[in-house]
Order: sequence, then C-alpha cells, then structure tokens
Amino acid sequence: MRKRPNYNLIFGCSLTAITVSAIILGFFWTPFDPDAMSPAEKSIGPCLEHLLGTDNFGRDILSRVMEGAGTTLSIAFFAVSIGATFGTIIGGLTGYLGGVVDEIVMRINDAVTAFPSVLLALVVVSITGTGRTIIIFVLGILFIPSFARVVRSEFAKQRQMDYVRNARLMGVRHTRIMFVHILPNIAPVLLSSVAIGFNNAVLAEASMSYLNLGVQPTESASLGRMLLDSQSYLFSAPWQALSAGCAISILILGFALISEGLGYRQMWRPTSKRRRKVSA
Amino acid sequence: MKYILKKIGIFLLTLLGISVLVFFAFQVIPGDPTTRMLGTTATPEKIAALREQLGLNDPAIIRYFRWLTDFLKGDFGTSYSYNMPVSKLISGKIAITAALSGMSFAMVLVMSIPIGILRARFAHSIPDRISMIFNQLIMSVPPFFIGIIFTYVFGLVLKLFTPGDFIPHSESASGFWGYLVFPALAIALPKSAMVVKLLRSSMVREMSEDYVRTAYSRGNSRWQVLRRHVMRNAIIPVVTFLAVTLVDIIAGSIIIEQVFAIPGIGRLLLSSIIGRDLPVVQTIITIISIAVISVNYIADISYKYIDPRIRFR
Repeated sequence: MRKRPNYNLIFGCSLTAITVSAIILGFFWTPFDPDAMSPAEKSIGPCLEHLLGTDNFGRDILSRVMEGAGTTLSIAFFAVSIGATFGTIIGGLTGYLGGVVDEIVMRINDAVTAFPSVLLALVVVSITGTGRTIIIFVLGILFIPSFARVVRSEFAKQRQMDYVRNARLMGVRHTRIMFVHILPNIAPVLLSSVAIGFNNAVLAEASMSYLNLGVQPTESASLGRMLLDSQSYLFSAPWQALSAGCAISILILGFALISEGLGYRQMWRPTSKRRRKVSA
Repeated sequence: MKYILKKIGIFLLTLLGISVLVFFAFQVIPGDPTTRMLGTTATPEKIAALREQLGLNDPAIIRYFRWLTDFLKGDFGTSYSYNMPVSKLISGKIAITAALSGMSFAMVLVMSIPIGILRARFAHSIPDRISMIFNQLIMSVPPFFIGIIFTYVFGLVLKLFTPGDFIPHSESASGFWGYLVFPALAIALPKSAMVVKLLRSSMVREMSEDYVRTAYSRGNSRWQVLRRHVMRNAIIPVVTFLAVTLVDIIAGSIIIEQVFAIPGIGRLLLSSIIGRDLPVVQTIITIISIAVISVNYIADISYKYIDPRIRFR
C-alpha cells in the first residue's frame, strides 16, 4: 500500500500552530489596546490601520480577536487538563481493575455523556452563577466522563496483553504497571482525545459566552461574547461578526484536523486499495 | 415483547433517578425563595407564614415527593419573576422548540442520507474528496455562527425573512414554518456533515466484506447490493449516531433560539437562568432530560427492528 502523507495532521498542526502563535503573541502584544475605545473611529471597515476594522466602540477588532481567542484557548486548556487528568485516573483504575466498581462508574458515565455538554453546563451555571473560573471547572468536570470512557476501554484492552502479564509475573506493582507500562502505550489514543477535547471545549466556551453565561465582559474579551455583541450591528458592520466567528471556526477546524490525523477515527476512513478493487 | 417491557422498566427507573438528581441539585442553591418573592423588606412573620404555605419547612424527602406528584399532575409550581404558573408559561413554548428541533432533524435526514450513500457509492473519486473537504469545513463552524451568517445573507441582504420578527403559529402557519427554515438549517448543517461522514465510512467499511463480494458474484447490480446488503448493516451505527444527533439538536435549538429571537423554551430557560427563576429552570431542565432519555431509549428499542441479531440476546 502506497503511503500517503497525513494531510489532516499536517494541515491541522499548521493551522493550530499559526493560531496558537497569534494567541501567544496576543498575550504580550496586540496592535492596539483591546479595550481602548475611540469614539472617532467607530465601526470602521477593514483597512490598513485596522486589519479587521473596529467595533461599535471604536475598539480594534484584530486586537480583541487575539485577546478573545486567548481567553477561549486558555479556558479550553485548563478545562481539558482537568478532564484529561481525572478522566485518565478514573478510566485507568476502572479499566485496569474491572469488576463491580467499573460497571457502576461506567453506567454513571453513560448517563452523563447521554446529555449534551452545553445543556449540562447550563444546568450547573444556573446553580453556581457565571464567570471565568466557574466555566473552567464546569467544563473540566463535564469532560471527565468522555476521557474516562476512552481510557477505560484502552486499559481494558491492554490489561489482556502479554507484556502486562509478564510484568505482573515479575512482581511489578499495579500502580507502576498502570502508569509506567500501559499509559505510554495508549498515548496516541489519549492525544487524539485531547484534540477532540480542545475542539469541544472551544465550542462549549464560545457557546456559553455567546449565551452571556460564560466569561463576563468585565473580565476579558471573549469570542462568543463578541459574536453576541456584534449581532446588533450585523447590517452596518458585518466584519465584527465575521472576525469573531471565523476565529472560532478556525480554532475548531485546527483541532478537528489534528484529531482526525492522529487516527482516532481511523476506523471511519479505510483507504486501502483492496477495498477499491473489490467494489470496482 | 419481554425485551421492550424490560427496557420500559429501566426507562422509568432512569426517569426517577433524573427527577431525584434535578430536585436535589436545585435544593443546594443558596438563597431563600421567600425573600425573592416578598422582597428584602419582608417581615420575619410574613416570611415564616409563606414558608409554611409553600411547605418549605418539611423535610426534603417529603418535599421531593410532593414536587414529583405535582409534576406528574402537570403542576410545575409558580414562576418567581412572572408570578404565574410555570405550566402556563411553557405550554406554548414547548411546541415551538419541538417544531424547530423536528424540522431540523428532518433536514438532517433528508440531506445526510442521500449524500452519504452517494459519497460511499463514488468513494475515493474526485467529487468525494472535494465534498470531504467541505464536510470538514462545515463541521467546524458552530451552529450559532452559521445562524448569524444566515441572518446577514438571507435576512438582511437578500431579505428572505425579517430577523427577529417571529411569526406565531396562530397568526400564520406558513409564516411560522417559513421563519423556522433558516434556524433549523443552521442547526442541521453541521450535524448533517457529521452524519454524512459516519454513513459514508460505515458503508465503505461494509463494502469490503465478503458477503458483498458474494452478492456481486450472484449478478446483483451495484445499487442492488448497496440497497439490499450494505445499507442494512451500515445503518446500525448511524442510528445510534442519529439518536445522539437528535439530542444535540434539542440542545442546539436552545442556542439558535437566541440567534433568531425565537420565543421557545430555550430562550425562556436562558432568561430564567439569568433572572434566577428556579421553578422555571427546574421544570425546563426536567422536561428536556425526559426528552433526552426518551430519544435514547427509542433508539435502543429500534435496534431490535433494524438489527435482527439483537433479538436473540
């Protein structure tokens, strides 16, 4: 079989590298102060000075998109870290040990994952209130089950492998087998779930901010919130909505391509020549 | 029959579990509903009287059963902010959200299944590759952004509809459905892209199986093989995914209602969350949970009819 370059991974990584470097740059330098209002420059279309134009308060949109994407990405980062860490621990333990606890934890997992995460986030936020820290914790906790499920099934598979039995026979402790022997073997699967996690986190954060339940405007700019605000000026200044919306989409596309490229969904896209021959 | 009865039993138990969760989740919220209803200037006697009247002094477990029986009777309590029964507040809105979700789901089916089959039939061809790129792009655009693009292009520029000018069903049925077309499409587009992708790959995978080769060798035409053999097997994972999709559509309509100013249950939910109108939030969450669980169980039961192997389990 001819080996094709992994275009998904290449495009995904380049796209994400570009956006992430723009975001990191935005932490230190933006073309203008994202919060500086200038009544004289209200709602200017894209031009050389303001590459993406200005909003209804005369703030530079490129600067705000850089700051907003930073907010979104940092929330996604912390949320995914929480979800991946606890999900790996829970999934690892239940998958490796099995038994009744495994059964119970997985049923709870199934019940939680049956609900869309935005819906669950709405429920929690209606109880706890809004804000940046709360969103991180809410999303982080909501991501635990999906990580736990993936890690569990991998651990359950690896547990049966000879190398694990071997290690057991040699008297290696269970915790060491789990984290030193098995964990590196499931890294590719874990990595692509992390990419999917980022994808979902960016979408969830943007949705929550768009619904005015995420990052509050007093905290920092956020892409979802910019979309919400831009809607009132859609006809006179469509570039506001376009900039924020495209930024969200590009972030999501980058992570989606990476997870695709890492082969999490490899089963979905068989490319072998044999298949073509059979159907021809 | 036994299978279905067992499923219904588990379904009812799950609903009971959800009702316990929802009830107690809303019990931990700090703040006394009486201060909200009477204002901060209320005298302690008045508060005590109202607490007694609302039954807030009873143990939580008694209050839970009271809430549950009231809920089953259709009495969802009284809204703090509107001071009217929650049932009255939501009755008309559920239909709007259901119409939006239903229309969107129908669009997903109509768009994704033919495209998925066509792409599998012509897998690895140039059109298939081009549509794969489009697929990936559409999947990455959040529905609310698609909604905003639709508002701009079809509403403000082409003037096919007036954004924000929702037409109630009682006023004009065609106007009502017409207004819902673009919101429904905004939810349906990314979802369809996902279904197309899954259906195509599921079919392509099945097409490499031995039974397909046998079917060809018996002189079946390509379409016959696809329809009679491949589809029957390939559709099973798709049905699971369609159930997930329907649930996501219900959740997505909450957001899309904001974009297009549709006075459905999602908009009410959001304004109630912001206004901390807990009886309304609690009711809507319970109703949506029932919908979510029902969809999952219907999908579960429908496998029995789609996949004959499950009958023998």
